[in-house]
Amino acid sequence: MVTESLAWAVFLLPLLSFLLISLVIRPFLNRFAQLSGYLLIAALAVSLALSLLVLVRSNEGADLAFPAHTWLDLGDAAIQIGLLLDPVTCIMLVVVTGVSLLVQIYSLGYMRGDAGVSRYFAYMSLFTASMLGLVLSANIVQLYAFWELVGLSSYLLIGFWHDRPSAAAAAKKAFIITRIGDVGFLLAIIYLFYHGPQFAAQGLNPLHIPDIWQAAQPLATGGAVLGGTALTLVCLGIFAGAAGKSGQFPLHSWLPDAMEGPTPVSALIHAATMVAAGVFLVARFFPLFQEAREAMMVVALLGGFTAFAAATLGLVMDDIKRVMAYSTISQLGYMMAALGLGAFGPALFHLFTHAFFKALLFLGAGSVNHATGTFNMRYMGGMRRYMPWTYVLLLVGGLSLVGIVPLAGFWSKDEIITAAWLGEGPVEPWVALAVFVLLIAAALLTAFYTFRMISLTFHGEFRGGGAQELQDAEAEGLPAPTAVTGEVHLAESPKVMVAPMLVLAIAAALVGYLANPQWVKDLLGIPGHWFSYYVESALVFGHAETAPFNWPVAAISTGVAIVGIVLASLVYLQRRPASDTGEVMEPATSAEQDETHGSAGETVPGHKHVAVAPLRSEPLAKAGPVHALLCRKYFIDELYEGLVVRRVFYRFFAGLVDWLDRNLVDGIVDLSAWMTRQIGRLFAQVQTGQVQFYGAVIVLGAVLILVGYLAFGAGMGE
Amino acid sequence: MSLESMLIVAAILFAIGLYGALARSNVIAVLMSIEIMFNAVNLTVVAFARYVAPLALREEIGSVLTGQVFAIFVITVAAAEIALGLGIVFAMYRNTESVTLTEANQLRH
Repeated sequence: MVTESLAWAVFLLPLLSFLLISLVIRPFLNRFAQLSGYLLIAALAVSLALSLLVLVRSNEGADLAFPAHTWLDLGDAAIQIGLLLDPVTCIMLVVVTGVSLLVQIYSLGYMRGDAGVSRYFAYMSLFTASMLGLVLSANIVQLYAFWELVGLSSYLLIGFWHDRPSAAAAAKKAFIITRIGDVGFLLAIIYLFYHGPQFAAQGLNPLHIPDIWQAAQPLATGGAVLGGTALTLVCLGIFAGAAGKSGQFPLHSWLPDAMEGPTPVSALIHAATMVAAGVFLVARFFPLFQEAREAMMVVALLGGFTAFAAATLGLVMDDIKRVMAYSTISQLGYMMAALGLGAFGPALFHLFTHAFFKALLFLGAGSVNHATGTFNMRYMGGMRRYMPWTYVLLLVGGLSLVGIVPLAGFWSKDEIITAAWLGEGPVEPWVALAVFVLLIAAALLTAFYTFRMISLTFHGEFRGGGAQELQDAEAEGLPAPTAVTGEVHLAESPKVMVAPMLVLAIAAALVGYLANPQWVKDLLGIPGHWFSYYVESALVFGHAETAPFNWPVAAISTGVAIVGIVLASLVYLQRRPASDTGEVMEPATSAEQDETHGSAGETVPGHKHVAVAPLRSEPLAKAGPVHALLCRKYFIDELYEGLVVRRVFYRFFAGLVDWLDRNLVDGIVDLSAWMTRQIGRLFAQVQTGQVQFYGAVIVLGAVLILVGYLAFGAGMGE
Repeated sequence: MSLESMLIVAAILFAIGLYGALARSNVIAVLMSIEIMFNAVNLTVVAFARYVAPLALREEIGSVLTGQVFAIFVITVAAAEIALGLGIVFAMYRNTESVTLTEANQLRH
């Protein structure tokens, strides 16, 4: 039986863990910092169990509608604290607690020995609690509060190593750019609040999410409060917030920089959960979007474009985490495009599977980093010999991302592409076609960059890792890269890190088919298309149906993926270091090789006993200007930094404010000071210091009072 | 002797004292002028007690003598005031070697 307090406990347990860690463990028991990790893991394990219970009960059709508690009554609107336990929420609860639990176990190994372990787990608790609060919210203001809280925790965790200037800058960038999107979301909320009387006339609360859904429906279903252009604008405002959080173009540029945070943070927040909050938000207000076709078109096109453009950027990045960051943006683009096309189920299905395989990929990247001391793939290579587990698990995650049968990513991505192919949603056919082309192209690029990453990291010869990178930076007189530790110990990561990856890999392999079985009526007790039917039952208003499995589309997408894999393998696997054009020569290579002991497996942390192969030039650099354009990320950062920030903000806006401050504000302040001084001078002259002058004034005053009394006041007493 | 003539004398005395207090620059003279003003007030108080005390209260000796008691109080206070005032004058003289009131304006700053 699921009671209300049980559902609240899912959210309150991580919050309690946050309070205990930050108020008890960190101040008093910081010697046992790992304790905070165990505490959070325990809290999350219980939360996960409760989430699963809620999911099972919800699937059985139990009544999970609990009345909301009014926190602030504002006349026509009421800010309430309530639970909205619809299927979308139940799925999100399981995803968030499940992935978070695995990531925290991994963190025990990854963060061991860091000075801020307690702080790390405190922030992680806060994040998980906020994210759970976000998906549980029944009131749009409550949702917005948690929305900003996850933004805050993201900021804190990106800037976790705040002594690195790049991390501090990345944290600020993430916070500010997502805030730009949130302005749209806030404006949408304000619009709803402002139109409270119209809602109240229908007996609706303008801040209660199911009431907002109803308000957008046609008159026959008791809605029609919102409609036309206003509804489109509200939807676009909500989408702006979602785009900021989910890194959709043009607000995507914060997400790659967010990789400055610890890798488990990237895995949990910037791949699996928080960035998916944008998709969740659009899904949450899907009944509104369905009534606003223009907004749907914007969502579909922007999602499709983001999926494609981010994938192109993923092709050229040297930093393994940045490749995955662009991959995440691209996959979120898929989800947004699916929502825009009206494919509600596929979007959430992809969110669900993506959470597992992308978290796995990030944890794998962290594992590689643990061994090589760097994230730069140019300095990796040959890791499959040293880290067989990581290699196999990353391969599973990579194939799942690429969409190879029968791994999870295939089923969900295929549903989205099928929806675009059929184009049966509320958007125009040309939009669906454009999105289809973009998504297929993105699928090709996804396969290519994923296998470029795997080839560069795991195949070929080892190229020196972080120690070599530091040497090169020194040789070229560049500042040492901040994220590079230079500690190279080529060995498999500890079990505490491999085990969560193993669980995620199993999920990434199986969850796609198990949650949404195709072709069968019943698979070991799971009904066919369970996920689609279950999630779509969340739509009280409107309707969305997942198209059945489509053979031609599956063939096209698989073919494209295989082409991408083959191309990447041809370009990156066949090249021998001997055939290298030798653009980058290693100054220290010969010295390194003199020390070589030959036995490649034996390594001591911090000491290289392994042959170091020279760096290889980037084959894609032959593309010339296109490669340069991609390496500069389409100059988006330059555009924002150079034009928007420096020109518009620093020069124009800051200049204007500076002028106003100097002349108007300072002028008023100076004027009041000047007037005070002048009045003071005037009255200071009265103070002569001559006691007889004072006496004369007193006498004169007394005489005046007396005369006044005699002349006017004499009759007053009677 | 009528009440009016008493009050006129008192008013003249008070005016003389006031003039002296405001116009003389010697602190001693100012103190003396203040004494004159006290005495003008004493004369008024006693005169009123003698001439206009309520008839109903004439039987009671305490009430009749109210003015005179006041006068004695004023004399006492005046004596105390002179003692204090002269102390200040001495201190002033020791610091500045002057008893000119127009020069004593240090507290202004």
